[in-house]
Amino acid sequence: MTDRPLTRNIGPDRTPTDLAAYELNGGYRGLRKAITAMSPADCLEMVKESNLRGRGGAGFPTGLKWSFVPMGEKAGPGHKYLIANADEMEPGTFKDRLLMECDPHQLIEGMIVAAYTIQADVAYIFLRAEYFDAERQLRAAIAACYEKGYLGDNILGTDYRLDMYVHSSAGRYICGEETALINSLEGKRANPRAKPPFPQVSGLWGRPTIVNNVETLCNIHHIIERGADWFQSLGKGEDSGTKLFGVSGRVKNPGCWELPMGTPVREILEVHAGGMEDGYKLRGFLPGGGSTDFLTEAHLDLPMDYDVIGKAGSRMGTGTMIILDDHTCPVGMVKNLVEFFARESCGFCTPCRDGLPWSAQVLDDIESGNGLPEDMATLQKQARFIGAIGNTHCALAPGAMEPLNSAMKYFREDFERHIEGKHCPYREPENRP
Amino acid sequence: MATIYVDGQAYDVKDGDNLLQAILGLGLDLPYFCWHPAMGSIGACRQCAVVQYQNEEDTRGRIVMGCMTPVADGARFSLQGEAAREFRSTIIEALMLNHPHDCPVCAEGGECHLQDMTVMAGHRDRHYRGRKNTHRNQYLGPLINHEMNRCITCYRCVRFYNDYAGGTDLSAQASRDHTYFGRQTDGVLESEFAGNLVEVCPTGVFTDKTLVNDYTRKWDLQSAPSVCVNCALGCNTMPGERYGKLKRIHNRFNKAVNGYFLCDRGRYGGNFVNSDKRLDYPGLRQADQTYKAVGQSEAIERITEHWGDGRAVAAIGSPRASLESNYLLQKLVGAGNFNPGLSDREFKLIDSICQILRCSKALSPSMSQVEQADAVLILGEDVTNTAPRLALSLRQSVRNKATELGEQIGLQYWQDAALRTLAQDRNSPLFIAAVADTRLDDIAEQTVSLAPDDIARLGLAIAAQLDPAKTTGNGLDDPLRELAATIAAALKNARQPLIVSGTGCQNLAVIQAAARIAEALTNTERTAMLSYCLPEANSLGGALLCASGNYPSLAELTERAATGQIETLLVMENELYRRGTAAEITALLDGVTQLVVIDALDSRTLSRSDIALPADSYFESEGTLINSEGRAQRYYPVIPAKAGQQASWQWLAALGDKLGAWETGAYRHFDQVTSDCAADHAPLAEIVKAGPDHHFRDHGLKVPRQPHRYSGRTAMRANVSVHEPKQPIDGETPLAFTMEGAQPSGLMAFSWSPGWNSNQSVHKFQSEVAGPLVNGCPGVRLIEPGEGLTDMSAAVEPAAAGEPGSLLLVPLYRIYGSEELSVQSPAIAELAGNAFIQLHPSDATRLGVADGDGLVVNHIEAPSLEVRLNSSLAVGCAGFPVGYAGTENLVAGQRVTCRKAANWTPLRADSAAVIATDQGGGHV
Repeated sequence: MTDRPLTRNIGPDRTPTDLAAYELNGGYRGLRKAITAMSPADCLEMVKESNLRGRGGAGFPTGLKWSFVPMGEKAGPGHKYLIANADEMEPGTFKDRLLMECDPHQLIEGMIVAAYTIQADVAYIFLRAEYFDAERQLRAAIAACYEKGYLGDNILGTDYRLDMYVHSSAGRYICGEETALINSLEGKRANPRAKPPFPQVSGLWGRPTIVNNVETLCNIHHIIERGADWFQSLGKGEDSGTKLFGVSGRVKNPGCWELPMGTPVREILEVHAGGMEDGYKLRGFLPGGGSTDFLTEAHLDLPMDYDVIGKAGSRMGTGTMIILDDHTCPVGMVKNLVEFFARESCGFCTPCRDGLPWSAQVLDDIESGNGLPEDMATLQKQARFIGAIGNTHCALAPGAMEPLNSAMKYFREDFERHIEGKHCPYREPENRP
Repeated sequence: MATIYVDGQAYDVKDGDNLLQAILGLGLDLPYFCWHPAMGSIGACRQCAVVQYQNEEDTRGRIVMGCMTPVADGARFSLQGEAAREFRSTIIEALMLNHPHDCPVCAEGGECHLQDMTVMAGHRDRHYRGRKNTHRNQYLGPLINHEMNRCITCYRCVRFYNDYAGGTDLSAQASRDHTYFGRQTDGVLESEFAGNLVEVCPTGVFTDKTLVNDYTRKWDLQSAPSVCVNCALGCNTMPGERYGKLKRIHNRFNKAVNGYFLCDRGRYGGNFVNSDKRLDYPGLRQADQTYKAVGQSEAIERITEHWGDGRAVAAIGSPRASLESNYLLQKLVGAGNFNPGLSDREFKLIDSICQILRCSKALSPSMSQVEQADAVLILGEDVTNTAPRLALSLRQSVRNKATELGEQIGLQYWQDAALRTLAQDRNSPLFIAAVADTRLDDIAEQTVSLAPDDIARLGLAIAAQLDPAKTTGNGLDDPLRELAATIAAALKNARQPLIVSGTGCQNLAVIQAAARIAEALTNTERTAMLSYCLPEANSLGGALLCASGNYPSLAELTERAATGQIETLLVMENELYRRGTAAEITALLDGVTQLVVIDALDSRTLSRSDIALPADSYFESEGTLINSEGRAQRYYPVIPAKAGQQASWQWLAALGDKLGAWETGAYRHFDQVTSDCAADHAPLAEIVKAGPDHHFRDHGLKVPRQPHRYSGRTAMRANVSVHEPKQPIDGETPLAFTMEGAQPSGLMAFSWSPGWNSNQSVHKFQSEVAGPLVNGCPGVRLIEPGEGLTDMSAAVEPAAAGEPGSLLLVPLYRIYGSEELSVQSPAIAELAGNAFIQLHPSDATRLGVADGDGLVVNHIEAPSLEVRLNSSLAVGCAGFPVGYAGTENLVAGQRVTCRKAANWTPLRADSAAVIATDQGGGHV
């Protein structure tokens, strides 16, 4: 069996692992090693070497991100912060939830090591509002850690101290954007901030801050404990480590599995998800959540690596696929997604705030049979206008345009049939399963 | 300097500026919404997009936001390329999705930045087929109208209101395309600067309610460069007129003074010129005590008939009248018979401030210099209520800490959001010692409430810390001594420390202590700044006219009157009953044989006059005012004087002619008065430079008061006569009642440039964006740092012993209500409320009174006042609102005993009538 460090404590019944069980299974060894035997610089070097890339969607190298945090004197007086981005709200994504509900100590240990590496003294877990179970588990685990001396003053007898808090958010998709998350944590409107300056320099309360995805942080102490080479060896392709992949849609066995990076899409879809449900054929899939471009059957043999999927015209995103089958209207699906993103816009910049509802309105017209021939040109223009990072204040709106843009590429005839026939062809009886 | 390439053309621009600023500064056009020259960049609207190329070979480039892109040497941009233009036109189309097509009924129409930008960005045809979003509007008080449907979500309103002006009751609510800007519930906007929303909002969400209720488009307004007369700061304004009425006041940019913003007293307080208390014709008092209207020459005739009769003539000038009027009055009766129109207490305070400013090595700063201060001490002043616009500048000064922190990580001053994130609540130090809480407490490092004499003691202790050789601290308890040390250390650490004080607690020792501190801080390395808040528009001008010291006090005049030495007393633009107790003033007026009063508005003093002469207000006349900085500034008439009225100086010129006081016709022109005043008074020698004289021509033309689209000149009076009257000739000023001519930047009657109909056009008249106007900052500074203070009594007199348990009366100024003229504007009066007396809860307990009870102030002939408890008021003090009906006879610094009033029914201000709200389903 392949090594699956992230889910080794997670059984099929998903019983939460408590501190004793976690320790029994080798827990907090990585922390002990980091904090007693390694300097923060050593830890940073090892994470850099491991080639760990952010699991939240963008795939930014974690070690590089951390290296921008000013250390020692350069940081100036005051706190430094580590934040776990546990605001998992990407459509189709449910991987962090599993990690937090079933193995909260893994996240906490990873966070302590990460915080030690950047010498942060306060850590927050910014948790999606609806994750009640995870909140309960995390609070209990943090309390146990304080009791055991893994958190608080003099961690494991060293000078290092760290406080950790769970912040259950009020629930906005945009809080997954790290600077919007920080604003929200400060009690402000969850509007993303302009960058530069990046949070590494001026983040929470204007102090150096690292925001990492839950899954990213869960890897850290494994890397410290078992080394960068081990971690690199886990990946099948270019990227290192394992990853939680998920599949939702009309497949026989929707779910979430820890697999090596670089596992081919076909293996995930056909072996782990059991293939399409009977009577349904695959038309396309969003490889990494609602804000990634469609890929099609032609891409099934691609390995799930950041750069490979990127070159194919999409993004690996969160690694949790949404499947489009042949009985579902692609226009309706895209409309649903764009409406979601329009609703979740923070309202700060114009292309997102007003452009997304505009796109949604055009899609709604097409889907309901009121589309006009020129609507395709309007949507193309919208995709250009909203779709490029830099045109907007943050990545939300460009992300929202990804499924639309690629749907117009792969399923253009569906759009045209809607417009010409003045109704949605998928609503005809012969198209119903 | 950096060289950038815009559409292939090389330009030199200032390093570190953002591209939008640079492009506007070059005179090119680039549309924008969320950026504001005073508030910097946030990158929300995406309207100022351009294409940036990596290098010469790059032909594709990428879209960047002008306002968020620092210019760098060699950077290449395209403004007019297809990609940039298409992006900008799509942005404006997106912004307009929900904007109502209600321009014809919108108060912003014709000066709407959104209209201008829509045209500039090239949006014409609408493609969106969906329904528009709509919102509920709120009642926001008597000053601001709210129409949320017009909002384009640029965030300027909350950025100004909260971030810039420190307000807390306006916020961005909800999200996505339902973002709402308003209060949590209907109610009067709390900020004293809310009126600026009218100009900050790029479209018609926040409009001027007083204008909306009596509306005229900007292009139909006749305007003139003017100066606010509602406090001593002298903010530059542009009052707009139609049908002989003042319609609204807009900000007139002056980098050194008010920049882009006014306070609400200034914006809405000028309406007194429309008051029905205005005098139309000269009046002669009849035997039955009514006045008979007479012509101007008859009035002059009658005055001269009883002029002197061999006895003395005396005159009382006014700190709210122009320098020219005061000068001519002084000249007419002689300096020995001229009082500048101040109570003896007031004069002592203002005169010593005048002397301090002229001698001190410290600098009397302009408001833009105030914004540079990196440590501030406010001594005894509630700045928001005595010099409101200065409080806004002080609020900016504490942000110098953010700029400094930003520099350390490479942030530019215009990166507003980033700087606020970085600095959070870290401010440059600001300390406040006042008699009670103030509206700047939220940005203060430490505040302390003390009785005025104790404020002075604290000030002297700070000075002693800074210069132990010259000053000694006295009589302070330990916590205050510590505070003094903390403040002294912060001031000493600063490069540009600022001390703010003034007449706000009517205490000479406080004023002197502030001077001591500033003097001690000034050395070879730094010049400290010393800013005094003064009560009235020309307080300093009056003091400078009497700088020789040869003037009679009011007490002296009363003495002369009582002994029958005064035949005629001439009172000009002064309500004397605000200068002393009723008994004192009545004693003075009873003693004179002939009382002549020149004023614009009816008043208690005027009703005592034998002959009343109607004066022009700032709205109809020209004049020079000296603001608290020591800057002489000129205001110009917006409309010609109405029949029967004339400027005070013109009344005096005619009177002098008749009396043979000077060569007949010597003062036919305003400029003659100004130049003689400058010649006769050395400290005022420069006032001739306050503004150009009536010979001024720009390209051979005078300055127009009317925009070139001014309409209806024929139709306006068509119901009276179909013949269009000849436009009035203005022989006195550089301006003309015409639509023809250019707008020289220092004399802008309105701000307009092709394609820029809104006030945003002002950048076309600036030497650089947000910099001084092309012709420099209007006005001339008369006071510069001197040789240093000579001996000045520094000790604070021991507190006067009152009866045991007595309270010390301390003045509390209120932005709406304390000032004489502005409170005649209905909107300001509505906000003023009723008189009250503030007590510390411990004193109230001792007196057995609670909030809302009535209080009788002993020894003083005054009605009972409503008690308001304030735990931030210094213990042992009783604060009364200055200038309110019911507090006229209370004298600051007196010790009084008080008791609970029996049978007291609290006075309640009528609750503001809600005239526009959607709550409950009503419609505007």
